[in-house]
Amino acid sequence: MSGIFNVSRREFLKTGALVGGGLILGAHIDWAGAAEEGAQKSYSVEPNSFVHIAPDNTVTIIVNHSEMGQGVYTSLPMLVNEELEADWKKIRFESAPVAAVYNHTAFGMQMTGGSTSVWSEYDRLREVGAAARQMLIAAAAAAWKVDKKTCRAQKGKVVHTSGRFFTYGQLAEKAAALPVPKDLKLKKASAFKLIGRPTARLDSPEKVNGAAKFGLDVFLPGMLIAVVARPLVFGGKVKSLDAEKTKAIRGVKDVVQVPSGVAVLATDFWQAKAGRDALGIEWEEGPTAALSTPGMKEQYAKLSKTPGKIAKKAGDVQKGLVSAAKAISAEYHVPYLAHATMEPLNCTVDLRPDSCEIWVGTQFQTVDRNAAAEIAGLKPEQVKIHTMFLGGGFGRRANPASDFVSEAVHVAKAAKTPVKVIWTREDDTKGGYYRPFWYDGISAGLDKTGKPVAWSHTIVGQSIVAGTFFEKVLVKNGIDNTSVEGAADIPYAIPNILVDLHTTSIGVPVLWWRSVGHSHTAFVVESFLDELAHAAKKDPFEFRKGLLTKHPRHLGVLTLAAEKAGWSRPLPKGRGRGIAVHESFGTYVAEVAEVSVNTEGKLRVHRVVCAVDCGQTVNPETITAQMESAIVFGLSAALHGAITIKNGMVEQGNFDDYPILRLDEMPKVEVHIVKSRKKPGGIGEPAVPPIAPAVANALFSVAGIRLRELPMKPEAVLAVLKRS
Amino acid sequence: MITLEINDKQHSVDVPADVPLLWVIREHLRLTGTKFGCGKGLCGSCTVHVDGKAERSCQIPAAEAQGKKITTIEAVGSTRSGAAVQKAWVAEDVPQCGYCQSGQIMQAAALLAANPKPTDAQIDDNLSGNLCRCGTYQRIRKAVHRASGEMKKGGKP
Repeated sequence: MSGIFNVSRREFLKTGALVGGGLILGAHIDWAGAAEEGAQKSYSVEPNSFVHIAPDNTVTIIVNHSEMGQGVYTSLPMLVNEELEADWKKIRFESAPVAAVYNHTAFGMQMTGGSTSVWSEYDRLREVGAAARQMLIAAAAAAWKVDKKTCRAQKGKVVHTSGRFFTYGQLAEKAAALPVPKDLKLKKASAFKLIGRPTARLDSPEKVNGAAKFGLDVFLPGMLIAVVARPLVFGGKVKSLDAEKTKAIRGVKDVVQVPSGVAVLATDFWQAKAGRDALGIEWEEGPTAALSTPGMKEQYAKLSKTPGKIAKKAGDVQKGLVSAAKAISAEYHVPYLAHATMEPLNCTVDLRPDSCEIWVGTQFQTVDRNAAAEIAGLKPEQVKIHTMFLGGGFGRRANPASDFVSEAVHVAKAAKTPVKVIWTREDDTKGGYYRPFWYDGISAGLDKTGKPVAWSHTIVGQSIVAGTFFEKVLVKNGIDNTSVEGAADIPYAIPNILVDLHTTSIGVPVLWWRSVGHSHTAFVVESFLDELAHAAKKDPFEFRKGLLTKHPRHLGVLTLAAEKAGWSRPLPKGRGRGIAVHESFGTYVAEVAEVSVNTEGKLRVHRVVCAVDCGQTVNPETITAQMESAIVFGLSAALHGAITIKNGMVEQGNFDDYPILRLDEMPKVEVHIVKSRKKPGGIGEPAVPPIAPAVANALFSVAGIRLRELPMKPEAVLAVLKRS
Repeated sequence: MITLEINDKQHSVDVPADVPLLWVIREHLRLTGTKFGCGKGLCGSCTVHVDGKAERSCQIPAAEAQGKKITTIEAVGSTRSGAAVQKAWVAEDVPQCGYCQSGQIMQAAALLAANPKPTDAQIDDNLSGNLCRCGTYQRIRKAVHRASGEMKKGGKP
């Protein structure tokens, strides 16, 4: 969600107001005072909402961001404890309820996404820790009747110069009642003890013994399980329903119609699924039934040859192209992609006349709560959300349309029973909200010395925010920033640039998918730049270097990755190297991939060297893990992933036809982190964008095959071989 | 009635014979550490031990599991290889979202019980049916080697 990152914080706070109807903002945001971005804090420091200290000295940090693998249940407590000075061994975590105090400091609503958790909490949570520490010291000083200056905090104790001490547990109750200090003293970065130190995840122990509770693991007394029949063609509606066979199945308790389809409720999942599968439904398919991927591609290709809405213009591209010594052009395209979280979507709801309790793995607490309140006819504060561990998110669990939560509330309302709605893998894969299908027409001109003088890039695809409340802030002059991020802001020194956009309207639901627009733009930009380097007969690394002299952080990671990969050293026969660099979410990543290809056209990625500059590090252990993770996620898309449509229906359903990377395909990944004291950037997403182009560029280097579409399947490799 | 021996305890459950073992374990015994990922034996999230072998519980009808010794993630720590694997998983900071890790651990523990010193190729061969969307594969390989080393040193039986 880097579009969010690029939009001013004030505008987003307004979106927050919009989402919550003003309610979610509480008293914490001073609108009138927010004249200058950054001039006004969008949060207040309330230690009692974030830190609970028990008499046994256990310190529980209430975490307001969702844990979906990215490590926030460790990195955010680290921020607090850097200042709190409790004993790290005594730190526990708990997920926050929905309340204004837990709103995202930049977005004005409770949510997790856009690789923002650490940077958006970097100040607030340290301030929370400092405030709590100062309150504990004040409580101790008052009890001893001594000057606060003679007391210090150390590993969960307040120690007096005399050697006397109180544990935090002894002081907690008194400290919590004290006013929150205004004069917060934060450590200088050079004094950090925890921030920047590789720290083991706090949630590992419960994730290795089966104890960790995900949304799917919730059971309520008297709860039924629901499986929903949804239209296979997007936008379809139930025309007629025959539930007779379903109702005869043992264990089936109810069949209810909801806006998204027909829900079958049973005592167990298996019976609910059998009941769902036995339904006789005739669907009113609607206009999307005419849609198929090949036709769409053709239509997009045509559009890519016509001018779109201008997203970026510098100099005069036409003149640049005409005057160029050499001009080249190409067409690229990438498919729809499903998030395919390992935990299929699910949601558990207990709806009562005056309350609604929801257990769910979600990235969008405020949005989901408000959607639930509206459906239930309740006030938002009557809706309680328990954020469970997320078995993966990648953007799918941050849906402005709140699909999987809204549907579960509808089912609970219609069936008048506590219910857990479970999506099968096929339901999840076919259920929509994909990374959009993109088509790109791109051309460039080189001068006599091989320097690029013109760059023209036309992008065709759907807007992920059209029709949602994000449209107001993310679409400017007809341009959805998330469609062009990473393309309209290329760092390379090229005098004449034109980037334009055709936003299509197609009935396939789309959404952010780990690294959002960058997942597509980096592939196109970094592949085509490689084409230019080869056209100029220059080394792809040196070529990039020459165009990045004004971008030291790009240059830094590019050079580091090349150096660690041994860019200048020859490779064994049959192997090639490719390089790519990209900034997203405030973080700079370069990757070098080593690739071979066999006679069947199958690619093998042997090694990936990754250099990352994310500014000040908080937990380097997590940063390394997220680089590895994003590289695998990106490789799954680069080598395997494609959602295709036939007659309005998704053709894939499970991991057999929508494969993801397996252990035996895992390359050796080496991560190198640039030391920096700059403002922290994101880490969950930025390593996704460079991997597909790094692999594509490596394939070209080893086999002379340029693949301009993803995934790089063996049949595509062989097709290019045949043509050449 | 179907009688199952799970984690050294006998359980009688009233379910149709064709209900997959996975759902009996999760919904009737409330042992939720065993996960549902694909329902087709394609992802390995539901892996349990059946008579010591790693099997996909979503593919075994409950009736066919009768008379067999079934172990889930909740009890695998009492086996020598299971304990070593769990310890290694924490030491290598393997889990991210964690959803697939029960299955990964069950698969790895069964491998090490049968082959205490697997090579990289044997690890790849044995664990490639267990998918991880967070991409913890590199750490999984390392952790299996670490667990193998721990077992060699001794550790708890």
